[in-house]
This record gives sequence, structure tokens and C-alpha cells, in this order.
Amino acid sequence: METKTKNILLVGGTVAMSVFALAFPRPATGEPFGGSDDQACAAIAEIDPGYKPWFSSLWEPPSGEIESLIFGLQAASGAGVLCYALGFWRGRRRTEGENA
Amino acid sequence: MHIMEGYLPVKHAIGWSIASAPFLGLGLHRISRWTRDNPSGKLFLGACAGFAFVLSALKIPSVTGSCSHPTGIGLGAVLLGPFPMMVLGTIVLLFQALFLAHGGLTTLGANAFSMCIVGSFLAWGVNRTAIGLRVPQGGALFMAAALSDLGTYMVTSFQLGLAFPSVQGGVLASTAKFFVIFVPTQLPLAISEGLLTVFVVNLLRSHLGNDKRFPVLNGAS
Repeated sequence: METKTKNILLVGGTVAMSVFALAFPRPATGEPFGGSDDQACAAIAEIDPGYKPWFSSLWEPPSGEIESLIFGLQAASGAGVLCYALGFWRGRRRTEGENA
Repeated sequence: MHIMEGYLPVKHAIGWSIASAPFLGLGLHRISRWTRDNPSGKLFLGACAGFAFVLSALKIPSVTGSCSHPTGIGLGAVLLGPFPMMVLGTIVLLFQALFLAHGGLTTLGANAFSMCIVGSFLAWGVNRTAIGLRVPQGGALFMAAALSDLGTYMVTSFQLGLAFPSVQGGVLASTAKFFVIFVPTQLPLAISEGLLTVFVVNLLRSHLGNDKRFPVLNGAS
């Protein structure tokens, strides 16, 4: 199989898997598709109802919108650097091919 | 997998930080050696960190009806070796602790231990072992990334179980409880992370050519 076909299948498989997950029944309790981190916090409260977190975050995004802004920035900056590198190497390889 | 800020008792928080510190120190040392010895070495570090930044920002729905995110550690650990990736992964954790209130500073040591240290060693070790068993490179890479992702969440379950033992059944019973929360959710995500890691290595191979420094690029698919 050509690499290009494989790549399409790899990315397609990833997308299909998360779409497939959406079709599953949601749990009876809790927010649908909430974070598993929050479920862990709930489990801690169940095991040790007296536990109080002894430190809280220095700063919290003031709203869900701001939080999604920062998540967006995180993903965009990561993709930016990764794709810059890929483009740089692609370009370098092309010029090397021309000079050889 | 982030243990939330303040959710580990003081002794555990300090203990995991002490456990992580020497690995991160060695990682920093390896990074400075890597950038010194490799032209455009920083770009490799950036690309691997970038992948981890993207993947850990993606909260993906799972079959259990909850969401979690992949770690993105496997790629860098296989390409660069386990130690540099420990530092790059910790930078991701620090970013999320400071700006997103995800994870935390008091739990940074524990989270770095599960995701960056165990995650990196697992990815690197699984890839090595699979190649030794003559698994094709694509398959080895897939297993390395997927098991590193899953392993991270197993360690998190154990860390929480250790900190909050059940009245009945103790550490084991409560580890099992956290395991049930994290691991089934993570299973499809680990598969996704494996697929995406093979995809990015395919791109790297197409664009970098046969770079002798990275044996993994020679036979991925």
C-alpha cells in the first residue's frame, strides 16, 4: 500500500473512532462526556469524604470560553511548530534533490 | 490523567516530586548534549514537543461516555530516547497547570512521573522489544505509543489508590476503583494515539528521508 493511502487510513481511523464513541449510551449519572479527571475527584470524595484539597490553582481560566481559548492556543502552537519543522525538512530535501 | 491541584496529600506530593527530579535532571543533561551534537537538533525537540502539545490539548470522547486526552509522549520517546521526552512532557504539564488549572504544581511531580517518566520508558522499551521480536516498524510504533498512553493512566490509578486507600480492601481496592474510571475510557484513545503517532512518523520519514540518527524512520509504515 502506498504511504499516502496508509496515512489517510490512519487519520480516518482516528476520526472514526471518536465519532463511533459518540454513539455509545451515556452513563446515567454525571455530565455526558465529562472529563475522567472530574470523575476521579468524585471518587476521592467518596473514599475519603473528609479530604480537603490543601492547595488550589494559582490561576484559573475565568470562564469556559477562556479555557477553550487557551486549549486552542496550546493545540495551535504545538501544530505550528510541528508543521514548521515538517515543512522545513520537506523544503530542504527538495533543494538537495535539485542540487544533486 | 492529571491529578488535580491539591488532590495529593502533602507527603505524596513531595515523594513523587523527589522521585521525578533525578530523571528530569538527566533529561535536561541529555537535551543539552543532543542540541550540541546535532545540527537543527532544536527543531527535532520542537517537533516532538509540538506533537505532545497538540495531543494533550485534544479532549476526545470515549465509548464510556466520558472524555480524556492522549499524551503524545510516545513519538518523542521513540525518536529521541526516553530522557529528553521526560523534560518536554513536563513542560506540557507545567503549561496546563499554570494556564488551564489542569493538573497542578503540587501534583506536578506525580503527573510527570506517570506521564513523562513511565510513559517515555514504556514507549521506548516497547518499541525496542517489538523490533527485537521482528514486529514491523509501524506495528512496533503503534504498540509503543498506545501502551505508553495506557500505562500512564494505570500509574495514575495506582498513585491515587496509594494516596486514598479504601477502608475496606486498602490500596489495591481503591487502585482498582480509579483504574475503572481511567483505563476503559483511555483504551480507544490509546489506539487513536498509536494511529496518529504512526501517521506523524510516516510524514517525518517522507520529508526527512533516511536520517541515520533515527532507525525508526527507516521502516515505519
